[in-house]
Amino acid sequence: MNKRKTSLFFFTLSMIFFYLPLLILVAYSFNEGRSSAWQGFSLKWYKELFLYSDNIWKAFKYSLIIGIISSTTSTLIGTLGAIGLHWYNFKHKKYLKVITFLPLVIPDIILGVSLLIMFATIKLELGLTSIFIAHTTFNIPFVLFIVLSRLGEFDYSIVEAAYDLGANEMQTLKKIILPMLTPAIISGFLMSLTLSFDDFVTTFFVAGPGSSTLPLRIYSMIRLGVSPVVNALSVLLIVLSIALTLSTKSLQKYFVK
Amino acid sequence: MSIFFVIPMLIVLTYAFLTKGTYGGVQMIFTLKNFNVFFDPIFLKVLFRTIYISVIVTFFTVALAIPTAYYIARSKYKQELLILVIIPFWTNFLIRIYAWISILGSNGFLNTILIKLGIIETPLKLLYNTGSVVLITVYTSLPFAILPLYAIIEKFDFALVEAARDLGATNRQAFFKVFLPNIKSGIVTAVLFTFIPAMGSYAVPRLVGGTQATMLGNIIAQHLTVTRNWPLASAISAMLILVTSVALLIFMRSEKKSKEVSDE
Repeated sequence: MNKRKTSLFFFTLSMIFFYLPLLILVAYSFNEGRSSAWQGFSLKWYKELFLYSDNIWKAFKYSLIIGIISSTTSTLIGTLGAIGLHWYNFKHKKYLKVITFLPLVIPDIILGVSLLIMFATIKLELGLTSIFIAHTTFNIPFVLFIVLSRLGEFDYSIVEAAYDLGANEMQTLKKIILPMLTPAIISGFLMSLTLSFDDFVTTFFVAGPGSSTLPLRIYSMIRLGVSPVVNALSVLLIVLSIALTLSTKSLQKYFVK
Repeated sequence: MSIFFVIPMLIVLTYAFLTKGTYGGVQMIFTLKNFNVFFDPIFLKVLFRTIYISVIVTFFTVALAIPTAYYIARSKYKQELLILVIIPFWTNFLIRIYAWISILGSNGFLNTILIKLGIIETPLKLLYNTGSVVLITVYTSLPFAILPLYAIIEKFDFALVEAARDLGATNRQAFFKVFLPNIKSGIVTAVLFTFIPAMGSYAVPRLVGGTQATMLGNIIAQHLTVTRNWPLASAISAMLILVTSVALLIFMRSEKKSKEVSDE
């Protein structure tokens, strides 16, 4: 069928479009020279990355710390929030739902600008704390969304059965609801971790001097001119995202089984 | 829970009506002066450029995403192919921009090859224009468009297309009258996930736009950090919030409609 061929053509186009730039980066990371002309195979940029790039590793450490703390916090708040939103009825629930989902679609820059202005208003010094608050803010809606959609496919009769068998609210939450939500909670956490690790724009506005996360560091390296160390770092991050994607997939398989 | 989101937005909206202090900061004087910026021709030019770039980006992204998502959804190996989309989706945003800089830069991959082949003598200026901003924004937003489209096409019952064909519809008719209307909510989501971030672009125009392709996000940042005119930055942000909220409302309305249609 004709349609099959057309879509295969576009699919191939998309894949070339996705991967060609990344492959070129990988190739350059092994290039001896500084420029884009090939001057022979070398690992010197990796050596420089791993041995002489304290700035990058410091930023990496900050990103990791903020990523883990903010994803944990937002997973906690987001999960409880989702359960609350799903199970309890209260006034204006519909509007609250819209407000919680708004950050999912509003541009990052708006969140960055508004948080910066708020931090200035309450005189909070910019630094790791402000980045942590910002990341938690944009992560919560993602966790909420993932957990809520899992709750939507949830068979409510199990909860009723638990009540009938004499479980109280806390027991039902602990023994029935949370285990069933585990896959969603894990994907929410991983999603938050990735978003936090990846965020540039919002962080750019709320980071103070000396609290550069990895994306901020990469940004300044790109702006200062192309150093081949960025190539090596890119390859490292690409490998990381491949590993993360594959491990999430196998995690999902494990839980779906 | 959403306090950290609602309060800052309210502060921004308030700031939009206040006066800039003499040494940066703000004075608590109510004014509508900040909104005069919407009549400033330079600002309007940037505003229209932002809308123009976002529309073109959305068009190309969704046009490329529909057949790609279709192919994945119809393939035997959809799980594996989907991973191929998720990997660039999870690769650092700046790295993806940087990859293009190293291709398009004056000492970049493309220029080096073209010069070696003797096609050109001096490097072409491929970066720092509207074209490079469009190209790279399409690149960064493509996964965001493919994923929602995939989700809906995967659920689509292709027997409907066959039924249409049996009833005498041409391929083209079956596509436009049966397939597209059924995946409409996926298309709307893809459009929204592309258009709204494009409207708020900051990093891409900053890194590869040069002076030619300054966008709204860059103006906001400039008023925030360089001229320190926070009320003005707030007024422009408020407008951006308005535009995205309107887009969101349209989205929710169309969701509701498609739900009603499927309920019938």
